[in-house]
Amino acid sequence: MLRFTLRRLLTFPLLLFVIYAVAVLLIMAAPGEGLESGEKELPPEVLAAKRAAYNYDQPWWQRYFWTWPKRLIWDRDLPAHQYEDWTVVEIMRSSLPVSLQLGLLALSLAVLLGIGGGVAAVAFRGRILEHISVGLCLIGISLPTFVIGTILLIMVALWLDAVPVGGWGRSSQAILPAITLALPYAAYIARLTRSALLDAYNEDYIRTARAKGLSETRVLLDHALRNALLPVLSYLGPAAAAIFTGSFVVEKIFTIPGMGTHVVESINNRDQSLILATVMVYAVLLASFNLAVDLLYGVVDPRIRVGARPT
Amino acid sequence: MSQRGETWSRFRQHRAALISTGVLALMLGTCLLTLPWSVAGMRIQQLDQARGAPSREHPLGTDEVGRSVLWRTLYGGAISLSLGLLAAGIAVLIGTTYGALAGYRGGRCDEIMMRVVDVLYALPTLLLVMLFTVSVGTWLERAHLLSREPARLLVLALAIGGVSWLTMARVVRGQVLSLREQPFIEAARALGLPTRRILLRHILPNLVAPITVFATLTVPQAILQESFLSFLGVGVQPPQATWGSLAADGVRLLNPVRFDWWLVVFPCAALSVTLLALNFVGDGLRDAFDVRGKRAPR
Repeated sequence: MLRFTLRRLLTFPLLLFVIYAVAVLLIMAAPGEGLESGEKELPPEVLAAKRAAYNYDQPWWQRYFWTWPKRLIWDRDLPAHQYEDWTVVEIMRSSLPVSLQLGLLALSLAVLLGIGGGVAAVAFRGRILEHISVGLCLIGISLPTFVIGTILLIMVALWLDAVPVGGWGRSSQAILPAITLALPYAAYIARLTRSALLDAYNEDYIRTARAKGLSETRVLLDHALRNALLPVLSYLGPAAAAIFTGSFVVEKIFTIPGMGTHVVESINNRDQSLILATVMVYAVLLASFNLAVDLLYGVVDPRIRVGARPT
Repeated sequence: MSQRGETWSRFRQHRAALISTGVLALMLGTCLLTLPWSVAGMRIQQLDQARGAPSREHPLGTDEVGRSVLWRTLYGGAISLSLGLLAAGIAVLIGTTYGALAGYRGGRCDEIMMRVVDVLYALPTLLLVMLFTVSVGTWLERAHLLSREPARLLVLALAIGGVSWLTMARVVRGQVLSLREQPFIEAARALGLPTRRILLRHILPNLVAPITVFATLTVPQAILQESFLSFLGVGVQPPQATWGSLAADGVRLLNPVRFDWWLVVFPCAALSVTLLALNFVGDGLRDAFDVRGKRAPR
């Protein structure tokens, strides 16, 4: 376990470097520095000064692999192209927490709803609740989030007038976006849980538990569910990746001041400093989340020693 | 009964999958057969009839510049489906090659290759897909290799396919790992056949089942992924249309004062029915081929 942890920690910086290199490669694939855009042509002196401010007068390897990382992490004065008065760090500081809150809220909601729905579908096999659970799953996998979100927005916020239409800061403003973002992943987790529970019901230890005279509820919750949680746990990494980036879509529907608009605009405007910074922030975030999940996996299931040699 | 016959009879028992196959065939047939008319029809603007409700002339209504929603939905379907198929094809190609190599080589090589897959699972793929689409799309356009619209579609399919192969690689690798211990592979090795030939002629035919299942399940994912990109404004560009982009455009125009439901409902209905059908067919195929080993009991 210790060796595995150490090895994972050592590969971590390597992984980040590779992602950064790929992002730089993609940025350089299309020419353009994102400075020229604008209605009026810039005078040459202004353009030269602008280019110097972003170190475009340096060779690319020096800019991308030394000056920019340094200005971003240590000096924290790297400006974004389109919001010239703002440093990238300031932009992140104002918008990243919003996206993170929304993402974490949606992730917890997806896990709770998903496991709950899966358990309900198995516990009430053949009854109306199973059909409701399965039906919601079908909606979750077959409608794009922006459609679900807009319908919820119109019905709950505009017709029923139950919650604010958009924005961020009050808890009532978080309900609809979190549900919208969570629904597809809750649906997938419910499917995972349900099929894992049904698989577990075939195992001998469940028959033993029943033979001991345990109630059906305890068999389900104590014995079957414990093993059914493992596939859910290993899905958490990919789910987090999808939810945190999927929040861009939801932020746009509910006009939430998160990372979404910055990400889309920076890519469309070739705002190189902001693109690289967002890619790296999300890479660090998701890679550490995944590392945590992997370590947790070993804790939850002592039978599994991650990193053990395949025999 | 032959193995194929057995698989088919198991698939037939899966009623939802059987119906879905019919629905899919109908959807694909309609979208493709009407293509000669819809290609032109989806571009005709009648500004005096903008945002018209469904009528006799326009059975599914018109959009903000008076284009027929019917033609646009039919055309969008053809693009969505071919984009999904193309992306799934790319994912299958990469995933199978990668997984088969990892599984066949085994040992340390396999360990490293699979760790890479684990790591890729947790990448912010939507971000990378967006970056790839815009960068490479611009590059193709400036290099005058392709005109704008086909370039965009190709790049989208490449980007989506390029991030969807991970599950495929895992499944194939698992299968190959067990296949390569089988006597017939050992025999092929003992005959001195080159690795390439063993992989292509002896291992690949045994991978048809998992490949078919996961290709079927990748198509709806790819179509959904494209719809997100369109909603964020980096997917297909107007006047091109996919179900996703039509739904995204319609959603943008929705408000309680002008509730033009037909702009959203029809593309979304086509999209959802297709996604559901693809998922059902995938599940049915998985049960029929018995890919996971055992089926969930009822």
